[in-house]
Amino acid sequence: MELTALFLALLFATLRLATPLIFAAMGGFMSERSGVVNVALEGFMLSGAFVGAVVGHQFASAWMGWAAALLIGLCVGALYALFVIELKADQIISGMALNLLVMGLIPFITKILYNSTGSTPALLVEDRFRVEPLVMALLLVGVLTFWLYKTRSGLWLLFAGEHPQALLASGVSVRKVRWAAVCASGAFAAWGGASLSLFLASSYSPLMTGGRGFMALAALIFGKWKPVPAFLACLLFAFADAMQIRLQGVRIGEVEIPVQFVQILPYLVTIIALAGFIGKSRSPKALGQEGF
Amino acid sequence: MVKSILTALLIVSFHISSYANPLKVGLVLDKGGKDDKSFNSAAYQGASKAEKDLKIDLKYVEATDTNAIENLHRSFARKNFDLIIGIGFAQKDAVKKVAAQFPQVKFAIVDGEVTAPNVRSLLFEEHEGSFLVGALAAMNSKSNSVGFVGGMDIPLIRRFAMGYAAGAKYVNPKINVSENYVGVTGEAWNNPAKAKELALAQYSKGADVIFVAAGASNTGVFDAAEEKKKFAIGVDSNQNWIKPGVILTSMMKAVDVAVYDTIKEAQAGKFTGGIVHFGLKNEGVNYTVDKYNEKLITPDMKKKVEEIKKKIIAGQIQVPDYYKKK
Repeated sequence: MELTALFLALLFATLRLATPLIFAAMGGFMSERSGVVNVALEGFMLSGAFVGAVVGHQFASAWMGWAAALLIGLCVGALYALFVIELKADQIISGMALNLLVMGLIPFITKILYNSTGSTPALLVEDRFRVEPLVMALLLVGVLTFWLYKTRSGLWLLFAGEHPQALLASGVSVRKVRWAAVCASGAFAAWGGASLSLFLASSYSPLMTGGRGFMALAALIFGKWKPVPAFLACLLFAFADAMQIRLQGVRIGEVEIPVQFVQILPYLVTIIALAGFIGKSRSPKALGQEGF
Repeated sequence: MVKSILTALLIVSFHISSYANPLKVGLVLDKGGKDDKSFNSAAYQGASKAEKDLKIDLKYVEATDTNAIENLHRSFARKNFDLIIGIGFAQKDAVKKVAAQFPQVKFAIVDGEVTAPNVRSLLFEEHEGSFLVGALAAMNSKSNSVGFVGGMDIPLIRRFAMGYAAGAKYVNPKINVSENYVGVTGEAWNNPAKAKELALAQYSKGADVIFVAAGASNTGVFDAAEEKKKFAIGVDSNQNWIKPGVILTSMMKAVDVAVYDTIKEAQAGKFTGGIVHFGLKNEGVNYTVDKYNEKLITPDMKKKVEEIKKKIIAGQIQVPDYYKKK
């Protein structure tokens, strides 16, 4: 009985911790599958987390925050698309620049709005999400999987990343497909951020994503740029995190496991996963290719 | 000749300007930031009170990155600030280095010990205050189990944990105390999502009061307590107001008073280097009771904890100190 309870608690903690990662990984998936490298996921997440928290607090409704995160995600995604698709800036550098821009802009805005240096007021407990973002994350993975392999526009996305010339020859604008994909990427990753500030916590605090955007990117690569394996990779990372929380202070016989060892677990899992068990992970062929 | 006259003029003008101008105080906050509602907020409150009351010239910055701390201190010193206050253990090395380079500038550091004639170290006896809130937690606990969530895993936070556990065990020797840390890097002060998961795990294992010492991550534990209808104990500032009815009490560190007094003494020209200790004796640490939690602390609990407090001050109870463990 107690074991079941423990297992359930662990399962729910894993799913909760995975939610922001899943959204961000799906965001990365959209962008990278269309052929655009995306290291700006962290920035997308931060902007979603921040705007979600501000609007959610303003209207005392998590759903309003969620909608606002969608909008800001589309905008930031469009900004990134403008730089890398229209202006053909280096994708890695623009991505990092976007991260830095968001990190710098948020404290600036909070100073004006709340006279604070980067945090927002908290949402009341009844205004927060209970499980909705988690359900939406699971749905998103399902929908994306279906869409990618079963619909015409899904195949456009695949071809934009694998063989853009072929897509061009069939009369579809690679540029437009990539634009749409990068905007969607922004929106999904922003939702990932919003699920942090509206679901896992109750307000925005400075740099609260704590590298989750990059973890999501690692999950995407580990998952071979496919939605379901990437989703599973997110679960694995979140599981390591949830285990880490429960293993702190656990004893094996007389010896207490040192907390430092337990805390490296998530990172250890990431490294082992990426270096050892992944097998061959092939990136989309035209990833990073410009000029369409 | 001309040179020496100019130098003399410069010194005179500098003196005149330093008399005419208000005391310039630079405050370097730690990673949690001015609005962590906890440690850094307390420091900022003390400094901004001094700004209002004493008409000093206050500038504050936040060290978003550990590597930036030294530069922040140095740039204040270069701009001829009179007093520079570093908040947090992470600034120790930076203060030590910069204070040696600018012997004419006064420095103060909270939670770090630096021995230099122009540095005042403001140290708090966290274990004593933690002992009191540990005792309160044990008195309040019905499940015979209490928890501790620390921010970054450092000796300072272990000191909180050790005092807390000792306090809880003093009241109830059989009580179970679980102890968790958010992380091992500075990011741990800003990770409410993780702190919340830690708290949820502890609550599900039976704890019904959790003492949290994790800067801006504290809100995660408060959220968990609110959702699970359990209790939490705040830290550094009086955090009772954040979630009335959920926060049992707060282990207050009078960082605001320490900062304010240091500024005041510097202004009056009475600044001295050396170590200043803030313990239960001089109300540097304490538990808090106010209108937000007066219903949670029964008169009986209060009586008992006051007794314990007296015994600690009188030296009848020896609170274990993590710093002196080795």
